[in-house]
Amino acid sequence: MKLKTALLGAVAALVAAPAAWAERGTDGEVKLTFPQAVSILNPYLTDGTKDVLAAGFVIEPLAGYDTEGNRVARLVTELPTVENGGISADLTSITWKLIPGLMWSDGSPVTAADVAFTAQYCMDPAGGCAQSAKFANIDKVEAVDDQTVKITFKGPQSNPFQAFVGGQTPILQKAQFEACLGAAAPTCTAQNSGPIGTGPFRVTGFTVNDTVQMEANPNYRDPAKPAFATLVIKGGGDAIGSARAVMETGEFDYAWNTQIPPDAQAQMTAAGKGQFVVAFGTLVERIETNLTDPSADLAEGERSTAKHPHPILSDVNVRLALSKAIDRNTLVEVGYGAGGKPTCNLVPAPAMFASDNTDCLTQDLEGAKKLLEDAGWVDSDGDGIREKDGKKLSLLYQTTVNPIRQDFQALIKSWWNEIGIEVELKSIDPGVFFGGDAGSPDTFQKFYADVEMYANNFSGTDPEAYLAEHACDQAPSPENQWQGPNINRFCDPAYDAALKELTAATDPAKRAEIAIKLNDMLTKDSKVIIPLVHRGTLSAHSNALGGVAINAWDNEITNIEDWYRVK
Amino acid sequence: MFTFIVRRLLLAIPTLLLISLVIFLLVDFAPGSPMSEIPLTVPPDVRQKIIESLGANEPVWWRYLLWLRQFFWVEPLHLWDHLFGTAFAEGQQRIVSWQSRSPVFDVIAQRVPQTLTVVGTAYLFGVLIALPIGIWSAYRQYSWFDQLGTFISMVGYSVPTFFTGVLLIVIFAVNLHWFPSTYDTTLKVTDWASFWQQVRQMALPVTVLALFNAAEISRYTRSAMLENLGQDYVRTARAKGMSERTVLLKHVLRNSLIPVVTVIALGLPTVFGGAIITEQVFKVNGIGAALIGAIHANDLPMVQTLTFIFAVLIVLFNLIADILYGVLDPRIRYD
Amino acid sequence: MTDSAIPKPVSQSRAVWQQFRSHRGAMAGLVILGLLLAFVLVGPLIWRVDPAYINPDAAAMIKARNKPPSWASPLGTDQLGRDMLARMMAGGKVSMAVGMVAMAISILLGTFVGVLAGYFRRLDGPLMRLTDLFLALPLLPLLLVMVMLFRDTLAGILGPELGTFLLIVFAIGVTSWMQSARIVRGEVLALKEREFVLAARSIGTPPSRMILRHILPNVMSPIMVAATLGIASAIITESALSFLGLGFPPDFPTWGRLLFDGVDYLTQYPERVIWPGLAISLTVLSVNYIGDGLRDALDPRIRGR
Repeated sequence: MKLKTALLGAVAALVAAPAAWAERGTDGEVKLTFPQAVSILNPYLTDGTKDVLAAGFVIEPLAGYDTEGNRVARLVTELPTVENGGISADLTSITWKLIPGLMWSDGSPVTAADVAFTAQYCMDPAGGCAQSAKFANIDKVEAVDDQTVKITFKGPQSNPFQAFVGGQTPILQKAQFEACLGAAAPTCTAQNSGPIGTGPFRVTGFTVNDTVQMEANPNYRDPAKPAFATLVIKGGGDAIGSARAVMETGEFDYAWNTQIPPDAQAQMTAAGKGQFVVAFGTLVERIETNLTDPSADLAEGERSTAKHPHPILSDVNVRLALSKAIDRNTLVEVGYGAGGKPTCNLVPAPAMFASDNTDCLTQDLEGAKKLLEDAGWVDSDGDGIREKDGKKLSLLYQTTVNPIRQDFQALIKSWWNEIGIEVELKSIDPGVFFGGDAGSPDTFQKFYADVEMYANNFSGTDPEAYLAEHACDQAPSPENQWQGPNINRFCDPAYDAALKELTAATDPAKRAEIAIKLNDMLTKDSKVIIPLVHRGTLSAHSNALGGVAINAWDNEITNIEDWYRVK
Repeated sequence: MFTFIVRRLLLAIPTLLLISLVIFLLVDFAPGSPMSEIPLTVPPDVRQKIIESLGANEPVWWRYLLWLRQFFWVEPLHLWDHLFGTAFAEGQQRIVSWQSRSPVFDVIAQRVPQTLTVVGTAYLFGVLIALPIGIWSAYRQYSWFDQLGTFISMVGYSVPTFFTGVLLIVIFAVNLHWFPSTYDTTLKVTDWASFWQQVRQMALPVTVLALFNAAEISRYTRSAMLENLGQDYVRTARAKGMSERTVLLKHVLRNSLIPVVTVIALGLPTVFGGAIITEQVFKVNGIGAALIGAIHANDLPMVQTLTFIFAVLIVLFNLIADILYGVLDPRIRYD
Repeated sequence: MTDSAIPKPVSQSRAVWQQFRSHRGAMAGLVILGLLLAFVLVGPLIWRVDPAYINPDAAAMIKARNKPPSWASPLGTDQLGRDMLARMMAGGKVSMAVGMVAMAISILLGTFVGVLAGYFRRLDGPLMRLTDLFLALPLLPLLLVMVMLFRDTLAGILGPELGTFLLIVFAIGVTSWMQSARIVRGEVLALKEREFVLAARSIGTPPSRMILRHILPNVMSPIMVAATLGIASAIITESALSFLGLGFPPDFPTWGRLLFDGVDYLTQYPERVIWPGLAISLTVLSVNYIGDGLRDALDPRIRGR
């Protein structure tokens, strides 16, 4: 394999000069490895990041985001705005104009009918479309003419850029997917594993959860791109093995999602074959506190419900002390290295929505002790654990099975012990924890523990839906089969009122101001959520691969057409 | 013997049906849901819709009967269509994986080749190494050869494959660059160069697995040989003036093979089942990796189908073992 | 079997012990196992460092991380500055206990099923189909279901530590007895047609006596092998269980888990895998040699020589 690539490289070097003048398909093969293998190439039937990422090389949305989080046109001539008439003044419709002469990889023209069809495909109630939330406010999508598509909403939209913006909602070819509407969607195996697209590559081979093979799309709109003739995505293994295959053995050019211990990052970088790249989106590793009582003594159905407030964590001073005792810089140094930054925010980015909240960045064990002391939590029996009204300050701290999280648990336990809190640790299989099976006691929604740690983010750049997850009525409970996202069971009328304001606001500055206020209500003021680390996506690429610019706001790789072989 | 085989095969049908029901109920009852790998950004009502589109919300007995019908009726029909170009299975829903939405049997067909080549070769090597080592270790008990064999096999068995696999990668792929660390499933063997490449990419996973299998089988061989070497008939045979070779390989070995046959019969179905950890470490992506991935994603149709095929093989190989017992020791009677 | 031998002046147990003592490997195994037991049981009394202790002063913790062996910490420290020697001792206690108890459950269960199936023809069919069923069950969902059903109940009755321990050994035992059952059955099938068994049966020996006196001693050697290998797999399986949330709390070190965690640091700090790997291998090796010696000592044909 190596000899072959070397030969191809040599040939390419003779034919093509620097990458700027590269021709299509002159740089041979580019090999990517994903620790989680690709299952399907249709983002509407999955929301696995790996699947959406691989599909993004083939099928594209109308617009996307660049590495800074700005919206950029992909298949359209320009971004619609109120000024250019693309968005109606009452914010109830948006009109997109396709690039003239755009072709599918099979040579047929891309028309507005394809876009309208894609909306129909995802909005079919029997199809089980994974992206249907992005289409929820759409009333209808119509092709005005071959180049123009108009999306009409059910009401005014402060953010009309949801459907067809970003890699999760690409355009499908009507001719290919016509027979796959509704209940037939999952049965179209050939289509779902080999969609026809407009992207720089087209699928030539696909083995489920193993390998995807692609070749340069002969009808790609930029005749000089992509530089690579073929592309292979190999899935499986683990993060450290994938990183090794790029950084140490040189078998692959790019490894996606290689979150490995900082020591290993340093050692592999020192080998000099490649480098780690990181992009920061909105992913935050956090500790969530349970505001309701998870005690096993309560009847099933009343455990962790609003009927019983938490005997310890309802006290805001305890939550503040928990946060103060944590040294976030050390957590980053131990667990993430270049792949993380300490944070005090639930919404750490984009910059306009990020609060300037930095109070938690310095650890303050004495301050934490004093807070507890003043709130009446004192160690009266000399066993090193504080109590108040006969209630011991003892917490059950759960998270998923993951080496970094287990290190975090151990470190945080040592700090909390230091301020007089007893901590019991528990780790749960991630499949069970995130599975949401109402029959299991170990799901993160059921929250049969006092505090729990995991990471979450929001897609796109607008945090409204993300912040709305903490409204009173979003709490998981037996009534909704434990399916709400407000897992703290946080309930504050002032918060709900501010959320309403946010929904109504259309002025960006005003929206940012309210979003920051909401963020602070959850974090800075109450520590209902204790943010720990703003996590980036860490990937590795070989020094022989050029043009890599990873993106945290859209698919991680949005510029594969610009990649080239470094000679 | 023939009636015994027929009776056992007939008996296998209700057994396997029962096993399939137990597996189905178990996997269905286990915590977790097909939504566990979907990011948290997908709201609950959308999750519910996806579950409905998978049919995962139907009652369990209905899904079980559907699976039975698909496994025993639709899939064979489909195979028939595929082989003879007919269209009997037209429009009938095959068993479809929840994770990838592709037919489970297509996935199995994609994965059987690499599992059989890697795990199968490893098992074959394991047995071929283990038997001579076991025999010679027993014959020369407590010699340096025996002591070394004991040491290596015990260490080989007690350090798990997740460690030996990574160790071999670090030594032979990272430092020496002799072998690749990943298994390329798209490689087609067409000439000597690609054959050599196939051998190279098989080297590490096969070594890891063969060491592990050889360790186990050689221990059983050695102990069974030792047991028999002390028997009276060996003394008699030697007294009759038979060569050591004949005594050892014809008499003692044959009588020692029962536990070895049992262990191998138990091990062969796992060749199909793949080697979960080793496949993962080397990205072989065979059946073992498919099974573990499906279990983590609660992909019930995939888990159920794979496990059931596995069960069929277990029942089959245990029957073969029973037949072999009778061949090895004609005194064993089943009827 | 001893009836043909000349009556000995010494008692049988004494003869067994003498033979065992003359087996050098077995004695070495016994000594090593004794040392390992002393290491995990007596060690923590001498080396009084808390295995879970992390310096709450973050700066000091960072300095104490990933230390090579030294006088302050003879086996070095891990990525959070915890003392590896203390962790090895604490982990060993659990790992050895889990290994031995789970192995015992699995072997007893396997031998019981195997002997019954092999000896009584009528039980053979049902018991072997049961074995097939257990062999076919996918391990992971089975374990997850066991955790879901029993963890909280057991922890409630027996306290979290004993409850978890019992659940683990039970889970490992119940999912690993099938191999020894099949092996024992195969041997018993052959044994019961042997002359000495036929002879014993012809004088009217009752089945229970037949099994205990004549069958069991003759299937000891594969059982010994299964037992030795069983310890190794039980110790490793325990570490796999902690990935399902079935094992001990996540900050509780066991040899299996130390080994697993160490693999990620293989190239930077190889000693991190060597210690637990060595400990597990030594345990298994010593048990293996003790098993060898025991088998020789219990076998009257060898004992006389």
